[in-house]
Amino acid sequence: MRDIFTWALIESTIRLATPLVLAALGGLFSERSGVINIALEGKMLAGAFTAAAVTYAADVRLGMGTASPWLGLLGGMIAGLFIAAIYAVSCIKFKADQVVSGAAINILMLGIPGFLSGALFLSSGSTPQLPKDHLLPQSPYVIALAIGVLVFVIWYVLYKTPFGLRLRSVGEKPEAADAAGVSVSRLRYSGVLLAGVLAGMGGAYLSIGQSSLFTRNMTAGRGFIALAALIFGKWRPVQTMLACLLFGLTEAVSIQMQGTEFGQEIPVQFINMVPYVLTIIVLAGFIGTSRPPRALGIPYQKEK
Amino acid sequence: MPKFARELLFPLIAVVAAFIVGGILILIIGDNPIEAYRLLLGSALSWPDGIGYTLFHATPLIFTGLAVLVGFRCGLFNIGAEGQLYIAAFATAWVGITFANRSAWLLVPLCFLAAILVGGLWGAIPGILKARFGSHEVINTIMLNFIALYLISYLTQYHYRVPGDPILQTSPIGEGAHIPRFGAFIPGFPERIPLNVAFLLALLCCLLVYLFLWRTKWGYEIRATGSNPTAAEYGGISVRKQIVLAMAVSGALAGMVGINEVLGYRYRYYDGFSDNYGFTGIAVALLGRNHPVGVILAALLFAVLQHGGIYVDGFSEHVTKDIVQVLQGIIILFVAAESFFKWSLGRFGFRRLRA
Repeated sequence: MRDIFTWALIESTIRLATPLVLAALGGLFSERSGVINIALEGKMLAGAFTAAAVTYAADVRLGMGTASPWLGLLGGMIAGLFIAAIYAVSCIKFKADQVVSGAAINILMLGIPGFLSGALFLSSGSTPQLPKDHLLPQSPYVIALAIGVLVFVIWYVLYKTPFGLRLRSVGEKPEAADAAGVSVSRLRYSGVLLAGVLAGMGGAYLSIGQSSLFTRNMTAGRGFIALAALIFGKWRPVQTMLACLLFGLTEAVSIQMQGTEFGQEIPVQFINMVPYVLTIIVLAGFIGTSRPPRALGIPYQKEK
Repeated sequence: MPKFARELLFPLIAVVAAFIVGGILILIIGDNPIEAYRLLLGSALSWPDGIGYTLFHATPLIFTGLAVLVGFRCGLFNIGAEGQLYIAAFATAWVGITFANRSAWLLVPLCFLAAILVGGLWGAIPGILKARFGSHEVINTIMLNFIALYLISYLTQYHYRVPGDPILQTSPIGEGAHIPRFGAFIPGFPERIPLNVAFLLALLCCLLVYLFLWRTKWGYEIRATGSNPTAAEYGGISVRKQIVLAMAVSGALAGMVGINEVLGYRYRYYDGFSDNYGFTGIAVALLGRNHPVGVILAALLFAVLQHGGIYVDGFSEHVTKDIVQVLQGIIILFVAAESFFKWSLGRFGFRRLRA
């Protein structure tokens, strides 16, 4: 037991929680505006692949050195934005079923990175290895600070600005917001696009922060864990961040347990299950109530 | 236009549009789209391998397509077919291992029962959660997918693996549990092709699902719940009961994938066997317009792509088998945004077609 709960565990928790926090906070913007976001997984994959590919190009082809991961991060954000734009147009303009389009994006993004890497790098789904000193910062202090600032900014935007108030109102009662002169579709576009940028960032941190290349399906369900954290955090920024830290901790514990005596006693699969089981319990209302935004998932049809 | 032609029109447009977008993507990465599509689609009609493997790949997709269809007809979105088919496949193998020495007459029905019951039970959980607590089945089925995967990975790794086996799979099931492959009764059809009687079972299920949904009181109540739950409730239908029933039937259908996989193909539980069957089932149901006949057609299309993917991988310069997933994603996106086509058709003057 003692060899597991160490300072290193806390550091690793922060690192592992970072992509989750970014994606979950992205999902928060989208869902608070009334658009379900099961496509977080696909957006993270888009961000992760693009970030690694851009970093590689900037580093190896253009010789940009330590600036290259930042260009990669930007690339990841743009990729997330692009995928989110497709999702937004289909859900908002064409009023497609949000869950169906989200599932489509996820399936599409399982294929696209492999499809492109075959052409760009002649590989079967991964990018070349990046130099270890040309990655995003990994110091837990730096990331913790960045995450703290981000959560504060998002909390402030959501609760203290007119934009945040309108965004929330569109997710709760779009008819009322519409009657008050707020453009429902414009706010939903902003919510979904912001989600794309943040999920793209989260994906980028996976490929050029936590590791040093993109591998096939490297998110491995993290987009869904982020979605779970958003629900577990009751669609609020601070609670969502805490949920991500909790889920990051379970991942960190399951990694550290491998090969230890503790790992023999409790199979790692049961630790891995924790986020999903907790989410079901919370959603069912056994621990407090987790109520989704009222208009979540319903396309808004302006009255004629 | 007759009704069935209208029903065929939009799926057809969606597929063609997806192939055009896919073709552009292939051009961008520097390959010849016609050549790639010839590889992708051309291999499916060869006898016996092409046809045999295509029908084999279609089998799980018919089951999962039906599973998603039954959910949709009740207004539910079952994203959990993946978890349901995994846990059911494990249960099938468990019965086949535990009662290995029994005669085939007992063992095969027991294994079938395991697949159907365990799939149905796993599917019923999100149904009960929705009926009892109102929590959304989409989230719960996603969560249950992961829980199922970890649970059986634990069971396989710690309890049912042959000691020393480097592959995460269980020990083999008893020979009495094997179900016949087509090679056993079609002359000239090699037994190495894993197409088995589960394919006939899948076709039978299409008929049964049709009869159940459109010819029984239960099916009527499920469809009534799906089209207008409030009206159904006023009409004396217990919406909660229908939700649980539909999810259980849906899970049982997904669970039957285990019959094809364990009893007809690998004769053991093999961890990670599903090639996204549960998620492809969503595409199959949507493209098949949530009708059993449509499900068969859509499952065949995706099976052709899946089989052709191997040839694309091997014989084209840049295009990999990932093109299959890309096409699949674009097809669902187009089917989901059906109003996009109505909108664009309208812009180009085909107003009559706007329904």
